[in-house]
Amino acid sequence: MASTAVIGWFADIGLDDRPHVGGKGGSLGELQRAGIAVPPGFVVKTGAFERFIRALECHSPVRLRVAALSGEDLAATMACCAEIRARVEAEELPAEVLDEVSAAHTALCGGDSQTPVAVRSSATTEDAVDASFAGLQDTYLWVTNLIQTLQRVRACWASLYSVESVTYRRRRGLPEESVAMAVVVQKMVNARTAGVMFTRSPITGDRSVLTVEGSWGLGSAVVGGEVTPDRWVLGKVAGEISVREISEKLVQHVPIATGGIETVAVAENQRRAPCMSDEELQALRAVARKVERHYGRPQDIEWAVEQRTNSILLLQSRPETVWSAKESIPVARPAENPLTHVMSIFGGKR
Amino acid sequence: MSTPVTPRGFPLPSSLKVVPGTERAQAAYPYYMQFDETDDKRFWFYNSMHFPEPMSAFDMVTAEAAYCALGSSNTRVHSLPTTLGIDYRIINGRVYIGGNAVTDPTEIARRTEEFQKRAFYYYANWERLYAQWRQKMMQLIRDAQALPKLELPEFEPLAHVHAGRGVASNHYLLETYQKTLEGYFRMWHHHFEFLLLGYGAYLTFFGFCKKAFPEITDQTIARMVAGIEAEIFRPDDELRRLARRAVELGVDEKFQQQVSANDIIRTLQQLGEPGRAWLEELEISRDPWFNINVGDGFYHYHRAWNDDLSMPFACLPEYIRRVKSGESLERPIERLQAERQELIEGYRELLNTDEDRAAYDQMIALAHRVFPYVEGHKFYCEHWYTNLFFNKIREFGALLSAHGFFPGTEDVFQLTRYELEMAIIDLMTSWSNGSAPRGPSHWAKIVAERRAAIAEWAKHVTPPALGPVPDVIDDPAIVMLWGITRESLNTWLAADSGTDSNEVRGFAASSGVAEGPARIVKSADEISRLKQGDILVCQITNPTWAPIFQTIVAAVSDIGGSMSHAAIVAREYGLPAVVGTGNATARIKDGQRIRVDGGRGVVTILE
Repeated sequence: MASTAVIGWFADIGLDDRPHVGGKGGSLGELQRAGIAVPPGFVVKTGAFERFIRALECHSPVRLRVAALSGEDLAATMACCAEIRARVEAEELPAEVLDEVSAAHTALCGGDSQTPVAVRSSATTEDAVDASFAGLQDTYLWVTNLIQTLQRVRACWASLYSVESVTYRRRRGLPEESVAMAVVVQKMVNARTAGVMFTRSPITGDRSVLTVEGSWGLGSAVVGGEVTPDRWVLGKVAGEISVREISEKLVQHVPIATGGIETVAVAENQRRAPCMSDEELQALRAVARKVERHYGRPQDIEWAVEQRTNSILLLQSRPETVWSAKESIPVARPAENPLTHVMSIFGGKR
Repeated sequence: MSTPVTPRGFPLPSSLKVVPGTERAQAAYPYYMQFDETDDKRFWFYNSMHFPEPMSAFDMVTAEAAYCALGSSNTRVHSLPTTLGIDYRIINGRVYIGGNAVTDPTEIARRTEEFQKRAFYYYANWERLYAQWRQKMMQLIRDAQALPKLELPEFEPLAHVHAGRGVASNHYLLETYQKTLEGYFRMWHHHFEFLLLGYGAYLTFFGFCKKAFPEITDQTIARMVAGIEAEIFRPDDELRRLARRAVELGVDEKFQQQVSANDIIRTLQQLGEPGRAWLEELEISRDPWFNINVGDGFYHYHRAWNDDLSMPFACLPEYIRRVKSGESLERPIERLQAERQELIEGYRELLNTDEDRAAYDQMIALAHRVFPYVEGHKFYCEHWYTNLFFNKIREFGALLSAHGFFPGTEDVFQLTRYELEMAIIDLMTSWSNGSAPRGPSHWAKIVAERRAAIAEWAKHVTPPALGPVPDVIDDPAIVMLWGITRESLNTWLAADSGTDSNEVRGFAASSGVAEGPARIVKSADEISRLKQGDILVCQITNPTWAPIFQTIVAAVSDIGGSMSHAAIVAREYGLPAVVGTGNATARIKDGQRIRVDGGRGVVTILE
């Protein structure tokens, strides 16, 4: 199925398409193009959102009303946001958008509309703070039919009109016309183990190590902080495991057959067992290096191990930003006489 | 390893008492090695890395000659800017050492200027000077091998008389003794000719890596620099080769764990051609690679493989078993070289700036240049030459024992080097005069007393350090050679204050996690107690222990940094190792189940 102004398949998109597919969508497309396994999916592009809002504004204005808010009047903002969100969530999709999303969903699910998918907001803004308000947390897991999927797409759009997001935009005077949201729809990974990894040390910024955190079940338990994950630190170059902290993992997120996920207790004999084998950690390391090389900078990655096949899939990769500022200052500079380097040891300046 | 600091120091040297009943044995050590009250003002630490057991009177020459040479290299030859030599003292057989830091900025500047004229010349001309070093060292070895046998014939040989030699045999005893000592002192000068410069260049690269990659493990840096065909691996390589040859020649069945080396050799001799062929291979390996001793060269009883084949032979059955199970015991040189190159390039790629990469290239080039010496010298100095030295002294022991000075050959090592010269002159005199030597009535009692003192001292735990704790340890010699930093002292102080934690911490030397029963091995004699699956817990290991690493599952040592032999060998075998724990042999009980986490540097006592 071809990509259009409304739908973008992962294979057809990359980071350059972020204005239309958002950060998450662009990243997933980029990963797939780089030969990294990601769960198959498509993006409901900003074009779809714009068509939707246009249709919505036929009844009464949305953007003008938001633009008129002061950002300081909380009561007014809350009232306005609640109303707009309700309208977004209730409004039918315009026919052309509905047709395309439905067809893409059918194609993704291979005819079985019960195939579980994840619906994830994919913000187009470059502003990290705004992005975090505008629904970075809006990920709907194990969505098991088309009707639900469409509802979740609208819920993602509605998150643009959360009180926090709107207040933030108003205080900064950001133009409402440029506000848009893409939504990722991809097949669910029924994860045996999932987690996050940083291709540098979050503690020291060391780029030569890979920090991996993982726990049983879906990754949402780790990302949401509901479980203390197992933690490993691996040398990026040679793979030596220098830290190995196996935690007591009390709960895990598992799918509900009829849709959604639930938190259940981890079986007694699994709690203290490492959720990843050394071989799997090495496989993760290979993936991490590939991703980092592809992007040319350290990454913050979400990953999962599929229950049946034990294959590794990436759910997300974004550039790590905290340590980047320090990187321009060299640790040491080359010396005209290389021997003078030894004065760092013999010169008593330590 | 950061532990809360208790604001207190270690016991003062003056508070450390000689164990009652051993006063005379203590007094035997030369006056300049004894603590006095002025020593209370200084910081000292127990050099258990080199001297883990009480030192016999003669063996103190190993400290004396080594520190004479180390100090002259630092102070007078290369003019290290911030440090002079190392002072040493002995009490209860334990050797304490203290550095002499230079702190006056003017003096540091003056010494720096000298250093750059001297050390930089060595770095710039390293290959030529090192090639010259090997020649000097081999000449010294040949000279030691050429020293004459000790003889006191009843009549001077006629040939000597007719040739008009004019010097009688007794004089050659003295000459040979003095040449033996002279050669040994000279060897230590060779030993230190390059050593600190080598370590310094290595640590420069090490320090850079730690700054650029704060979480890089010590062993990874070591692997980027370590040689692959270094002499240190050769004795073990030879054992692997002999195991392969035994299988190829079909004589492998003759090697059994419970059969002594001599019995195996006798069996092979009677076995005809294949047996003879294997014994020829053995001779090829023995010269020179079995000139490695089972210790680190600081004790007379650390015998060379050549003098006691039981150690190498004890390792052969396991190697043979592995050959027969289809394992290739060859060290994959090309693969190891490729891996090393991959590491170097991998880390280079991760540096953030081109300037960093240029500095990295400069530093690793220098580290690679110096490293063959750092790894190689020990075989020639602490092993080959030291074996020749102790064996020559042993000849004097045999001669004196034959003349009734003391019961056994080995008793000679209970005399100081000065006393030994006295005994030799006593013997020379009695031979000249035709009268009885005085030694027999003099030495036997002293020897017995000193042996008893050493046995007694071995039962007492000695403090890891003495005196006030310095604010900083900025002495490159101490940091480099002993891995002692302000941080490690804090760990020692904390351990001393009776922490009841079940964790013992040290340097992460070789990553991996293993569990098993602890086997406390305090001397080379106890190595045979190690069983498959044990964890070796020792004060210090050395290269000759390498073969036992095929038996154990992990190693823990009291002393040593990431470049210590335990660390190098553990990495070679892929075993977890924690070194430099300070007190693992005291805190862990023999047979206790422990877990070694070599990546974190933590040993956990599980029961």
